[in-house]
Amino acid sequence: MTETASVIPWLSFLTFSPLIGVLLIILRRAMSREDEREAVDLAAKRVALLTTSLAFIVSLVVYFFEYDTSLEGFQLVESAAWIGSGIGYKMGVDGASILFVLLTTFIMPICIIASWNSINKRVSDYMIAFLILETMMIGVFCALDLVLFYVFFEGSLIPMCIIIGVWGSEGERTFMGRIIKNRVYASFKFFLYTLLGSLLMLVALIWMYLFSGSVLPDGPTTDIPTLLSAVDFPGGAQTWLWLAFFASFAVKMPMWPVHTWLPDAHVQAPTAGSVVLAAILLKMGGYGFIRFSLPMFPIASDFFAPLVFALSVIAIIYTSLVAFAQEDMKKLIAYSSVAHMGFVTMGIFSGTEEGVEGALFQMLSHGFISGALFLCVGVVYDRMHTREIAAYGGLVQRMPFYAFFFMFFTMGNVGLPGISGFVGEMLTMVGVYKVSTWTAALAAVGLILSAAYGLRLYREVIFGTITREPLQAITDVNRKEAAMLLVLMIAALYLGLNPTPTLDVFSPAVDTVLNRYDAALTAVAN
Amino acid sequence: MTLLENVSFAVPEIFIAIATMGLLMFGVFTNGKYARELNWGAIAVLLLALYPLFFGTASQPASIFNNAFSTDGFAKFSKAVIYIGAIFSILLSGHFMEREKINRFEYPILILTSVLGMSLMVSSTDLISLYLGIELQSLSLYILASFNRDSRRSTEAGLKYFVLGALSSCLLLYGASLVYGFTGATTFPAIAEAGLTANTAGLILGLVFLISGLAFKVSAAPFHMWTPDVYEGSPTPVTAFFAAAPKFAGMALFARLMVEAFPGIIDQWQPVVIMISILSMAIGAFSAIAQTNIKRLMAYSSIGHMGYALMGVAAGTEQGISSVLIYMSIYMIMTLGTFGCILAMRRPEGMAENISDLAGLSRTQPGLAVMFTVFFFSLMGIPPLAGFFAKFYVFIAAIDAGLYPLAIAGALASAVAAYYYLSVIIKIWVSEPAPEFERQVGQSVKGIAVAASVLMVVGIFTIVPVLNTYASAAAETLFR
Repeated sequence: MTETASVIPWLSFLTFSPLIGVLLIILRRAMSREDEREAVDLAAKRVALLTTSLAFIVSLVVYFFEYDTSLEGFQLVESAAWIGSGIGYKMGVDGASILFVLLTTFIMPICIIASWNSINKRVSDYMIAFLILETMMIGVFCALDLVLFYVFFEGSLIPMCIIIGVWGSEGERTFMGRIIKNRVYASFKFFLYTLLGSLLMLVALIWMYLFSGSVLPDGPTTDIPTLLSAVDFPGGAQTWLWLAFFASFAVKMPMWPVHTWLPDAHVQAPTAGSVVLAAILLKMGGYGFIRFSLPMFPIASDFFAPLVFALSVIAIIYTSLVAFAQEDMKKLIAYSSVAHMGFVTMGIFSGTEEGVEGALFQMLSHGFISGALFLCVGVVYDRMHTREIAAYGGLVQRMPFYAFFFMFFTMGNVGLPGISGFVGEMLTMVGVYKVSTWTAALAAVGLILSAAYGLRLYREVIFGTITREPLQAITDVNRKEAAMLLVLMIAALYLGLNPTPTLDVFSPAVDTVLNRYDAALTAVAN
Repeated sequence: MTLLENVSFAVPEIFIAIATMGLLMFGVFTNGKYARELNWGAIAVLLLALYPLFFGTASQPASIFNNAFSTDGFAKFSKAVIYIGAIFSILLSGHFMEREKINRFEYPILILTSVLGMSLMVSSTDLISLYLGIELQSLSLYILASFNRDSRRSTEAGLKYFVLGALSSCLLLYGASLVYGFTGATTFPAIAEAGLTANTAGLILGLVFLISGLAFKVSAAPFHMWTPDVYEGSPTPVTAFFAAAPKFAGMALFARLMVEAFPGIIDQWQPVVIMISILSMAIGAFSAIAQTNIKRLMAYSSIGHMGYALMGVAAGTEQGISSVLIYMSIYMIMTLGTFGCILAMRRPEGMAENISDLAGLSRTQPGLAVMFTVFFFSLMGIPPLAGFFAKFYVFIAAIDAGLYPLAIAGALASAVAAYYYLSVIIKIWVSEPAPEFERQVGQSVKGIAVAASVLMVVGIFTIVPVLNTYASAAAETLFR
């Protein structure tokens, strides 16, 4: 596999640049007196916005000036010795990951702006948590060493569970005979679900490391490019490895039936937390499938494809129906995320070019659209402090611009042609159709259902007459909110109207993955 | 070798022994007026004892006193970690002991004698020197546990520890005599050789007794019963010391005994160690959930951690021994740091030891809260903190040895254990604040807690690669 090294460690800088912001905030706090809390909070917000914007600019520079979209293989590769015996520090990007790095750096400043006024307690802690989270997320997409990948993948749990637990919404429930806060429950569920999945992946990862030692002349390694190009895992072992990786990525995606942590986490997380969760954290699962499961365990991927199809179809249809029945706006969008991720998994394990490219595209597009939808919910939540669908109605009369944006993103979520959601769903369905007609047909039913719940949400919140007194005084989106939504809208429109350049970025990486996948399957067939 | 030549290899131990006597004399003749200075004296002794480990004759590998005592790389690595651990334990205790008015001069002396015992343990290659080392260490620890002799809890802890410890010593001694009876040898290499042809049934019986005794010393299940009570009852700095150096020494001895004395019958002892390991991980994980006292929580946590370290011993390979050394070193840093934080839990009315006292700490004392969070995530084994890499290496060793069920059990136990660590973290971050703690905790305690938490965070690029290099070199010496 070709690797293009980089003289300047762009990716390391990009990954760790948010930590500079963390240090600055800590310093500012350490040097301040007790009565300067507000000044410190403001400084923290500014520093966070600056560092995330800096990361975004750097990532743009990297993408436009350093990255060559026509090349196959990994680019901007940096490697250094780390913890010895084949486990190295290695970073690099290819077509499957570069755009997710951009997505992360793009979403982060928006999250910071979205939290500017809505987070009032412990602001500097919050900003620190978000910056650490950004480091972990960029790291996941850049890591080219399995152990390094695992470190970033798992590391993202720490800030996220604290964000949900501390800045989540109020409300209580009884659990095992005790009354606990909803957000505490959600935080536990998020953490333990993902941890259990990941630990099994860790065991598999170590097995792969040790196995590579028996086939490679230079001893065991966790170097991803080497594992991709030079190591063929035996068919029987692939089954177990695939299942272990599946345990981790399926929870992260999340796939039915291990999706139940997601609605809880989404509902309880603050708006920006939901945006990050939907836009980026979920994508780690899909990215993992494309980076590891498909090319490293092709035989098992082929073997388990029917299982994945079945789970995906259930996710698409069942969670759409569940979404339809929701009374909480965030929960509805959370279930719709599960349904949309069903298209992604289905596309990936179709093993076709359309399917995998469509899956990548769908993940990218879902990052913009679901992120924007959560922002839309945040807009009214900040004003009314409720997410009950029944508490709204007739907003169009007071908030015309808001109604416009909400309409746009609802339509994007439904998959209206011209907006990015359509392209991904279309491509994944084409890909799956080639392999399994029934799956594609059933997934198409899901599209109709997504229109049903999407339009229901829109009708009940936006249309009708205002019947509730507090809504009379509600104000339309302010300039800041409009700007954020506008940016996301432009991104979704651009992807939807002109998908080819984006697909061209994906295609070299997808070709590499599929060549390996097809070669392995042909070898087995012969 | 002549006696003098033999002695020249045991310089660190002999130096500690003589210096301890000297300090004891000094303490007695000055009527214990200089307790604080004696603390520093003990630290100086340990620092000086580090020197011959790396320079001069004593740093050379040799087998002395008729193969009863070895100065190989394994022993050197272990001694360095133990001395350093003991130094930090003494630093942790000064302020606390003065506050509780139990700053008697015997404290550093007892630490030194137990360190001497540990030093002997990790070097011993003979059942007799092994037993002497363990007893010297244990007797000092019994007294340390009841060091706060006016406190009923502390005396109770010491007594419990002593009675159960004596029982385990009996098991150990009985096992040693059986092994001697069936192999006719007391030195490890000779046992290994005789073990290939000896009557295995009797040898295995002895081996099982030996393992039981050692499992007690490292507080592995099902011989863990004493741990929570002793941890809870002992003065907190003493608990910190218990959790650090003696655990390391016990585990190192365990590892050496298994791979040097019984390499030929690994099929016999491996299942036993696997069972102990799985039981410890499970009991550590499940029993900790119900705890309300932070020191008892740490006790169950340590039982669980011993289970993970034993995964490396169970592997019985060079990789496994190296992973045990890495695990125990990182565990020692984590646990000393955590106890540094626990020592900061003091209110005007006395030490606060309940987990509920930590509620809302992130609002009242954010610095302390962050450190607790770092340590608990690290104990949980979440990357990028150093605790993850400790687990990572033992998992490598276990999987490399083909012990898949053990590795999977370890993964599942980690997920269960995550629950109780996370409960504490959530309590710190989410709950309504409990009354504040006092701010004066002593500079050295603060320093150790801060340094340890920083090491956990940056360990990924600093201590982990370094420990890996030295631990694998040390483990290699056991397999020559």
